[in-house]
Amino acid sequence: MTIQFNDETFRDDYSFYNSERAIKRFPFPFHEDSYMYSVNMEQHRGGPVDSVYEKRFDVDEHYVSEMKDRALVLADDPLRCQSLPHMTLAGWDLLELIMVSKSEDYPDLFELHRDGNTWRWVNKPMGIDHTFTFLDEATLPYGPMEYITRQAQGDFAVLDQRDDNLWMDAGMVTTQADWSLDFDIGMNFFEWHAPVPLAHEKGIFIRALKFLLNIQQGAPARRLNWTMTVNPLLDTSPENYHKWGIQKTTLTPENLGAKQHLRVELQTFFRLPRSNALVFPIRCYLCSFQDLMTVPKWGRRLHRVIRDLPVELATYKGFIDNRPMMLDYLSQFDDGLPTSPGIWPDLDTEPALQK
Amino acid sequence: MSGAEKIAVKVTDIVPLNELVTRFEFKRIDGGLLPTFSGGAHTVVEMQDGDITRLNPYSLMSDPMDQTAYTISVRRDDEGRGGSLFMHRNVKIGDEMTISYPVNLFSLDLRAKKHLFLAGGIGITPFLAQIKQLERFNGNWELHYACRSESLGSYVDELRGHHPNETHIYYDDQEQRIDLVNLLDGQPLGTHVYVCGPKGMIDWVRQTAEAEGWPREAIHYEEFLAPQPGKPFEVKLAISNKVIAVGENESLLEAMEREGVDAPYLCRGGACGQCETRVLDYTGNFIHRDHWLEDDEHASGEKIMPCVSRFEGKILVLDR
Repeated sequence: MTIQFNDETFRDDYSFYNSERAIKRFPFPFHEDSYMYSVNMEQHRGGPVDSVYEKRFDVDEHYVSEMKDRALVLADDPLRCQSLPHMTLAGWDLLELIMVSKSEDYPDLFELHRDGNTWRWVNKPMGIDHTFTFLDEATLPYGPMEYITRQAQGDFAVLDQRDDNLWMDAGMVTTQADWSLDFDIGMNFFEWHAPVPLAHEKGIFIRALKFLLNIQQGAPARRLNWTMTVNPLLDTSPENYHKWGIQKTTLTPENLGAKQHLRVELQTFFRLPRSNALVFPIRCYLCSFQDLMTVPKWGRRLHRVIRDLPVELATYKGFIDNRPMMLDYLSQFDDGLPTSPGIWPDLDTEPALQK
Repeated sequence: MSGAEKIAVKVTDIVPLNELVTRFEFKRIDGGLLPTFSGGAHTVVEMQDGDITRLNPYSLMSDPMDQTAYTISVRRDDEGRGGSLFMHRNVKIGDEMTISYPVNLFSLDLRAKKHLFLAGGIGITPFLAQIKQLERFNGNWELHYACRSESLGSYVDELRGHHPNETHIYYDDQEQRIDLVNLLDGQPLGTHVYVCGPKGMIDWVRQTAEAEGWPREAIHYEEFLAPQPGKPFEVKLAISNKVIAVGENESLLEAMEREGVDAPYLCRGGACGQCETRVLDYTGNFIHRDHWLEDDEHASGEKIMPCVSRFEGKILVLDR
């Protein structure tokens, strides 16, 4: 299917929108009517046709506009992209992984022609046709990680593996849920997760680290994570909190359906072969509450999840103050009927709203 | 499925290097390219030895950037359980075999200002790939390689020929020894030490470096243990609800696999931790042989690494 790329913004006038197709393939993160942390990892080897799981790196209608937004963020704040000196080889690994995956998975959009170390990369949506020498930084306009992640949706944390731990030693982070690469750079897995409530006590991070250290070449993994964002902002960074934090106070019962967005991260994990580093792409998907409510199952379930979420989590995810207003809105779409298991919309089998 | 992803390969070359060591080359059966890897990675080679499936890890020694073929070197172990003997005696050019994707438990620390390699005998193999990786990026390295004798010095000529300034060879039968204390003393700040060889050599390097004040994080080592034969024993697997017998010449992990129990593994040599298994009940003694569990965990009787460790006693119940 040829993708029609949206012309849209994630700032100022917020012209971002999801087409009907984008809503149906939105990665709704709740597989049941309640939520608690778990190491919910699974193998990342495809999924239902046209789902966000189908390809190694999902490309959707927001691609071109997201890359424009990334360029704007980087122009304001170059420290959103950093790579410690020993991570250059991992950057080449990532460039290779993304170019090979995208050219194989979307041959109508991307081409990679390799003749030894002379590589020609064609990115049709962004109008790029570039020949360079693999492993020779001088032939690229940026370092290899920055070059390719200016052309790939989602944030990228590139983690060095040593001393039985993972280290945040490189990354491209412009679409993050309130964490800072500049703050976390050089930290290990436990250090950068220190602010997360409840999960430490549950031993989640010890198990998660053990799982991640053992991710092997050819066997990537994935999970979903989520939070809430008012207005379709990609850049909800601590650096810019003074710009977006205040927007959380602009919600009213009238505008909530359009302004309040569920923010879902498709997190994937790939072992990088030449460096033995691990890359952690964090792909952000946004969907307004009013668009989510067009799927009856998601309307019922989102109300129940938000209603029953522990206070610590609603606080950590930054919507504790708006929760009552969100529940007033969401309760209109919960008729008390049971929901089918799993995250999929099940539009053909789930009943329409009974009220 | 347990273990890393699999690749179907054909044996394309077999080169005896000396009395004990033979090199094997593998290419993909489908003619495609093999995955790139990082120096220090190993592959697990599956051997169909009659009714027995042997799975042995071998370090990849070829150029990590060369995707056309992998090579490994296998030292014949006449006292072992037969994996290396099978490779030496039964494997022929043209044979089709299955190997795993590369797994690296001994990777370079790319922050190092210098990489100091200490090899003993067949422990040279991971360094051959690491040297090729570093050469491509003008890395700073030095090799000190101890062999039993000139005739058993695998790859000595090649290393001396290509890297005369970086390569230092020591022959046991000529009473040549690595002067480790002085060697460590002379290293620039930011040097990382890597040792691969017999257990005695690894212990010697780790203890000497610690005594000389080196940080633990700067000392890297890899030793794959081969499972050792031992007295047969019985084990009850609580989740699978099975009682299985572990024979004299098989490991506990192999016995579980033979009985169709899907037990996780990667290295099969006591190093990676993947097969760690909880002990639910026991009366008897464990023979722990892995590098993974700490001494207090070995003493606790709560965990076992079934790839290399055994048990002698009446009752053993595992959480599998």
